[in-house]
Amino acid sequence: MLFTVSVLLLFSFVYWSSVRYMASQSDAAIRTEIQTLAERYENRGVPGLRRLILDRITRQQPTGSSLYLLSDPLGRPIVGNISRWPKVSPEDGWFNFNLDTSDRDDPDLHLARARHFQLTGGFRLLVGQDIHELKSAQRGMITALGWGVVLTVLLGLAGGFFISRKMLARLEVINETSQRIIAGELERRVPVSSRQDEFDRLSANLNQMLDQIQELMDGIRQVSDNIAHDLKTPLFHLRQKLESLVSRESSDESNSQELQAALNEADRLLNLFNALLRIARLESESARTIKQPLSLPDLVYDVAELYEPLSDEKHQHLSVNVQSPVSILADRDMLFQALANLVDNAVKYTPEGGNIDLAVTAEAYGGSVSVCDRGPGIASTEREKVFQRFYRADVSRSTPGNGLGLSLVRAVIHLHNGTLTLRDNHPGLCVQVTLPRNLADLKI
Amino acid sequence: MRILLIEDDPETSRYVTRGLREEGHVTAVADNGADGLSMASDEDYDVLIVDRMLPSMDGLSIVQSLREQDNPVPVLILSALGDLEDRVVGLRAGGDDYLPKPFAFEELLARVEALGRRPNKGSVATQLTVADLKMDVLARKVQRADQLILLQPREFRLLEYLMRHSGQVVTRTMLLENVWDYHFDPQTNVIDVHVSRLRAKIDRDFDEPLLHTVRGAGYMLREPE
Repeated sequence: MLFTVSVLLLFSFVYWSSVRYMASQSDAAIRTEIQTLAERYENRGVPGLRRLILDRITRQQPTGSSLYLLSDPLGRPIVGNISRWPKVSPEDGWFNFNLDTSDRDDPDLHLARARHFQLTGGFRLLVGQDIHELKSAQRGMITALGWGVVLTVLLGLAGGFFISRKMLARLEVINETSQRIIAGELERRVPVSSRQDEFDRLSANLNQMLDQIQELMDGIRQVSDNIAHDLKTPLFHLRQKLESLVSRESSDESNSQELQAALNEADRLLNLFNALLRIARLESESARTIKQPLSLPDLVYDVAELYEPLSDEKHQHLSVNVQSPVSILADRDMLFQALANLVDNAVKYTPEGGNIDLAVTAEAYGGSVSVCDRGPGIASTEREKVFQRFYRADVSRSTPGNGLGLSLVRAVIHLHNGTLTLRDNHPGLCVQVTLPRNLADLKI
Repeated sequence: MRILLIEDDPETSRYVTRGLREEGHVTAVADNGADGLSMASDEDYDVLIVDRMLPSMDGLSIVQSLREQDNPVPVLILSALGDLEDRVVGLRAGGDDYLPKPFAFEELLARVEALGRRPNKGSVATQLTVADLKMDVLARKVQRADQLILLQPREFRLLEYLMRHSGQVVTRTMLLENVWDYHFDPQTNVIDVHVSRLRAKIDRDFDEPLLHTVRGAGYMLREPE
């Protein structure tokens, strides 16, 4: 836009100055001629002037552009190559008028520019130029310049288009890489070309930032893993001492109860640390899984069967819907743990009498399992947060649990190259897990 | 039972030995692999408890050597490595059970006793009896006081395991591994609910309870006093 405007301005200026120049040249020619004529008039009077004008006219080529007209005080032409006086104002001055050139076999009306003035004695003189050619030239110039503008604008647009496409392409590369990093491929970095231009500098800076972030994340994970590991041992010693106290203090009933309660708390803490460490191991690069082909429906049936008495106690209805056989590649125990965590949550959060539906479907890439409950669900704003370690959504704060269940599920699914999605069950929550048939399938 | 513990960490060694002796088991200790192997080869023990990380010879090599000598003594492997893959490796080397550290003593005790009282390979009873509770494993029939009790497949497997370990403590983890065939940590007391369902079927309508909860450890099926 800006470019077009500036081009237009430039070309307009060029046109305008050219026109002015040409016009001034023409006027200058007229003035010079007037000067010459004036001298002759001064020296030889009207007769001399008449002879000069005649001379000029006859010497001029048929296509010549000079115009003369000398007339007496009554307006009768004496000599000239214009048939009659054009309409002019009585004072001396410059003016433009249309020339009738029917005698020259030219149908167009020519434009002429002239100066007229009165001589002493009442004689009137007109000197001018047929500026028809000038006007044609101007028209030609407009055409040329016009094309010039169009061409320049088109070239500009085309050039701009290509440049911006290239820029967009480079930006798109950066965008795409960022998206993949956000999706979890933390090791990815933005490609840097050898051109060392602004985009490369941007990419290099981004990569540096990502390196720092990754270091920090690793650091944090390391710290929490170290904490869990280091605290486990003294906690375990504490537990051992409580354990020996419990077995010894069997005489005093109330003491024994307190000790047993303390022991249970210690166990709870130890389980928490174990779960944390387990998640840490799963999320680390060195996580090892024993993947084999297994039947997903069978696994889901087993999970349902394990939780059936628990859901029965709450008068819930647990159902399993299998559409077709599905074989996937998975670590049996790990996947069982993940699915058990999901069903455990469903049972825990669904109220008495509610439904819990498990479904297994075959997909092109493998299979998917969904666990749907009628609990309070998870608000869309919290759907990312619930996967964080220890996160308890407000609705679940009062129920037992350590907030690590979903973190573990996510770690396991991630290790299986699967995906995990949370959806609203209107009311309730639906958790959908997809798993590939083989490891070659990329995460969708 | 006569138990041999091969463990180099003095804390663990003390902890385990004292506990086992308090339970009435004769416990010998070796603090390195070489000594442990020679003791195991020369003497007769009911159960070996072998730590994986040992000076002079690691636990898995000890077990492999014993198996090569055709020594079928049950072995419980202790290890600081808790990954499932390590467990598989340990069991494949010839171990019979695998317990990651740190562990609760009750868990160790329950597993050791289960290993020690295991019948020899080849003689798996198909008729199990605990007081007036009778199970025909092949016919999948259970009755108590001549009353037929209908059990679901999982309940049947649960009862079978409890009956085969009658008089011994059975921990929840042991049940998970043997009755459910999965190795995982349940978040809630899901196992307990299965057990209480079973208890309702075999104990509620009868005089003497057979299925007991052992506080802090697990369950036990046993004859009434």
